[in-house]
Amino acid sequence: MHRGKGMKFVGDSRIKANKTQNVPKDYSEYPGRTEAFWPNFLLKEWLTGSVFLIGFLILVAAHPSPLEQQADPTNASYIPLPDWYFLFIYQILKYQFAGGEYIVIGAIVMPGLAFGALLLAPFLDRAPGRRVSKRPIATGLMLLGVAATIWLTYESVSSVDYQQRAEDYTVDVAAQETEVEVNTDHAGYGAYEANCMSCHGEQLQGSGNNPSLLATEKSVEEIQDIAVNGIGSMPEGIFGGSDEELQQLAEFVKETAEANSGGGSGGGSGGGSH
Amino acid sequence: MLQKLYDWVDERVDVNPIWRDIADHEVPEHVNPAYHFSAFVYCFGGLTFFVTVIQILSGMFLTMYYVPDIENAWNSVYYLQMEVAHGQIVRGMHHWGASVVTVMLFLHTLRVFFQGAYKKPRELNWIVGVLLFFVILGLGFTGYLLPWDNKAYFATQVGLEIAAATPVIGDQLRTLLAGDQTIVGAQTLTRFFAIHVFFLPAALFVLLGAHFVLIRRQGISGPL
Repeated sequence: MHRGKGMKFVGDSRIKANKTQNVPKDYSEYPGRTEAFWPNFLLKEWLTGSVFLIGFLILVAAHPSPLEQQADPTNASYIPLPDWYFLFIYQILKYQFAGGEYIVIGAIVMPGLAFGALLLAPFLDRAPGRRVSKRPIATGLMLLGVAATIWLTYESVSSVDYQQRAEDYTVDVAAQETEVEVNTDHAGYGAYEANCMSCHGEQLQGSGNNPSLLATEKSVEEIQDIAVNGIGSMPEGIFGGSDEELQQLAEFVKETAEANSGGGSGGGSGGGSH
Repeated sequence: MLQKLYDWVDERVDVNPIWRDIADHEVPEHVNPAYHFSAFVYCFGGLTFFVTVIQILSGMFLTMYYVPDIENAWNSVYYLQMEVAHGQIVRGMHHWGASVVTVMLFLHTLRVFFQGAYKKPRELNWIVGVLLFFVILGLGFTGYLLPWDNKAYFATQVGLEIAAATPVIGDQLRTLLAGDQTIVGAQTLTRFFAIHVFFLPAALFVLLGAHFVLIRRQGISGPL
C-alpha cells in the first residue's frame, strides 16, 4: 500500500488516482478444491436456486393461499388455530400446569428458557470440540427440544379436521357470486326469521360452525325433527311455535334449498379444500 | 460503452475495491455440493436468504393493493386474490414463503448447531442469527393478522394473551402491540401493519447485514 509522499488523488477528493485492478484473486494454492465464489460457484448456485424456485412456484400454483370469512369478533363458535409454527406454544397452554392460572409458566418461562438457551448456546457449550459425539449434553438437549416441538405440534393438530374447517370457515366464492334466492313471502319465512335466522343466517348460508341449510338433502319430516329436537351441537327446543308453523318452516327450508341447489354449499373454492 | 461508463464511475468513486470485496471470496471444498453431495446442508442458509428476498419483493407488491383498515383490509385482500391479474400468485408466494422461510431457517439453525459452528470465534454471529430467528417469527405473527379474516383475528387474540402473560410488563406490552388493553380492532391492525412493514424489516436488514459481514470476516467454519 502506498503511503506518504507522492500519493495522488482525483481532484481535491480522497479517492486515490492510481487504481486497483479489477481482477479476481487466485485461489489455486488454497487447500483442497477451493474455488472462487464469483463467477465459478455462483454459476452452480443459481442452478440450485432455479430448481428451488420452480418447486416453490409449483406449490404456489397448486395451492392458492386460503382466505377465511371476514373477521367477526362476535362469532363465538369460531375455534382459533394459529399458523403451524406457533402450534407448539398453543398446545403447551392447553396443559393444566402450563395454562389457565399457570399461564406464566407455559407462555413465558418454558419458551423463555428454551429460546434463551438457544440464544446463549455458545456460552453454555464452551468446550472446543465441535463433533456431536464430543458434546452429548448440548446435542441431547437440542434433540429433546426438537422432538418436543414436533410432538407438541402433532398433538395440537392431530384432532383437527382441516377439511371441515375449510368447509365451515373459508370464503364461499360460488355462493357469493350466485345470489341466493330467498322467498320472503313464503308462509314459513316468518317462522324461519324468528327461530333460525340468528344462527343460520339471512340466506340460510350458515355461519361458523352453524352449517348452511342450502345443501340439505333431508326430508321435510327430518327438518321438523331437527328444529324441535336439535342435532349435533344444536340444542333441542330451539323452535317455539305451533305445529302448523313447524310444517311451514320445514317446507320453506326444503323449497329454498331445492331452488338454490345449483349454488353454494358450505364448501369453499377459495382454497385449502381440494 | 459499458466499460467506459464503469471506468468513469470508478475514477470518481473507486468502486473496484468494494466490488472485489463482495465478489472475491473462496468457496472451500467441504461446503461445495459439486464435490461432496452431503454439503447440500450448507444450502439452507442461502435458501433462507433467497426466500427472504422473495418475501420482500412479493410484500412490496402486496402493499400496492392492501389497505390496513378494518373496513377494507379483508375486502382488499379478497379483491387481490380474486380480481387482480396474478394477485393470487403474488399473495400465494408471500403466504407460502412465510412457511418455507421458517422451515429453511429451522434447518439452517440445526445445521449450524449440530456442526458446532457457533463455537469460538463465531459466538457473535450465532447470537445475531438467533435474533434473526426471533425477527422472522415476529414477522410471521404480525403478518398473520393482516388479511383480517376470522383465522387471523382469533389467532391474534391468543397471541396477545400470551404477550399479556409476561410478568410485570405484560399489560403494557399488550397495549403497545394491540393499541388497547382489551380490544383487538382498528388500532391493532394498523400497529401490526406498521410493525410488519416498517419496524421488523428494519431490524431484519440490520441483522442480515451484520450476519453477512461477520461471515465474510470470519470465513465459513472448517470441516469437522
